Amino acid sequence: MARLRETPSQTAGPYVHIGMVPTFAGVENTYPEDLGSGPLYSDGVKGEKITIKGRIFDGAGAPIRDACVEIWQADADGLYNSPAERRGLSDRHFKGWGRAAVSGDNGVYVFETIVPGKVPLGDGRVQAPHIAFWIVARGINVGLHTRMYFPQESEANAVDPVLNRIEHPTRRATLIAEREGNVYTFDIRLQGDGETVFLDV
Amino acid sequence: MRNDPGDARPFIPRDLALHPAAFDPGYKTSVLRSPRQALISFQNTPTEITGPMFGHDTIGPLDHDLTRNWAQPGLSAIGERIIVHGRLMDGEGRPVPDALIEIWQTNAGGRYRHVRDTYVAPLDPNFGGCGRTLTREDGSYAFMTVRPGAYPWPNRANDWRPAHIHFSVFGHGFAQRLITQMYFEGDPSIPLCPIVGTVPDAEGIAMMTATLDMDATVPFDARAWRFDIVLRGRRSTPFENRPEGN
Ligand SMILES: [Fe+3]
Repeated sequence: MARLRETPSQTAGPYVHIGMVPTFAGVENTYPEDLGSGPLYSDGVKGEKITIKGRIFDGAGAPIRDACVEIWQADADGLYNSPAERRGLSDRHFKGWGRAAVSGDNGVYVFETIVPGKVPLGDGRVQAPHIAFWIVARGINVGLHTRMYFPQESEANAVDPVLNRIEHPTRRATLIAEREGNVYTFDIRLQGDGETVFLDV
Repeated sequence: MRNDPGDARPFIPRDLALHPAAFDPGYKTSVLRSPRQALISFQNTPTEITGPMFGHDTIGPLDHDLTRNWAQPGLSAIGERIIVHGRLMDGEGRPVPDALIEIWQTNAGGRYRHVRDTYVAPLDPNFGGCGRTLTREDGSYAFMTVRPGAYPWPNRANDWRPAHIHFSVFGHGFAQRLITQMYFEGDPSIPLCPIVGTVPDAEGIAMMTATLDMDATVPFDARAWRFDIVLRGRRSTPFENRPEGN
């Protein structure tokens, strides 16, 4: 069967907020609330509640202030909130997906979520707990995929199949968040020194 | 056959040659925002194969109608009334149902309702500029809106964006996530635009260009523009009831 080619990507541009977080953009009251805003969990969620925050730096080392970030992750048992999740039903108190604009003042994004469980691949290999990130902004022509991993999971990280695709240990470290209690900082560097590893998913 | 949201087969690797390069000096903002290292490739895992989906209770009755979803009751946005519609498909040509599409655009004068847009063209008090909908069983979708205006932007000294509508599209897997822009057939600004020009070939630009669709036009009300969108398709795997490679 003939395949159709994918529609090409285009930059989200500087006004991405109007479409994806309209209340943030000042287009209030079109929708009741911005989709993906607020905690990824509701009362009764299983797992350890955490805050993830960080900034996205450009090649000159400046935080960018017009990006939009989405995250996608498994619940505490490693199950995704998706019809394609075949291993069981995920926690009904956990959405698994969040969206945030970075601050227009200091470029910080924030998510309130939980620590995900490990995700087995079905062939004996197991993925370390991780959170998928997708970043769009003016100047980014194709949305950038990356992942955040947890520093306290060094054993699981050591055998994670995706981390092990990265040849240089210093580059692998760009995907490990910094932890202070239940607050994790995950900064993303688009280019240059300490450039974050981005994924061809 | 439609696309099943419960399908757990991996996606065909993205052909990055069909997409803009991260670094394109013609689009100056990309210079400092483009990774220089190679992307790391790996087989899709459940993280990429699964993705968020949204229920019909997410969508309000006017969310798809930008002429009215910001307007005072009984009033409507100013501009040329248009219907933008099409089908969301995957690389195998199968419809993608129940997928969220979000759009945003300028008003008819080329001005965004955004705190950072300082273009001299006036805001329209009855136009916000965003809409969203879920694709139907057959992958089809439709928006009612006004034709957006062209606007100048700081890149080279005199760059103008052709009239366009931004599209954010979810498929069924997080790996299918796509943002693109829709242009209007016949707009002489299309070949002049450095952002359009980030797309490497004419076929790709044609895919982003909606065509006038008189069959879907509502007489004495609104002309229709057709814009089909293709997301990545899934691989055949030995788990299907047919030999690999079909
Ligand atoms: Fe635009």
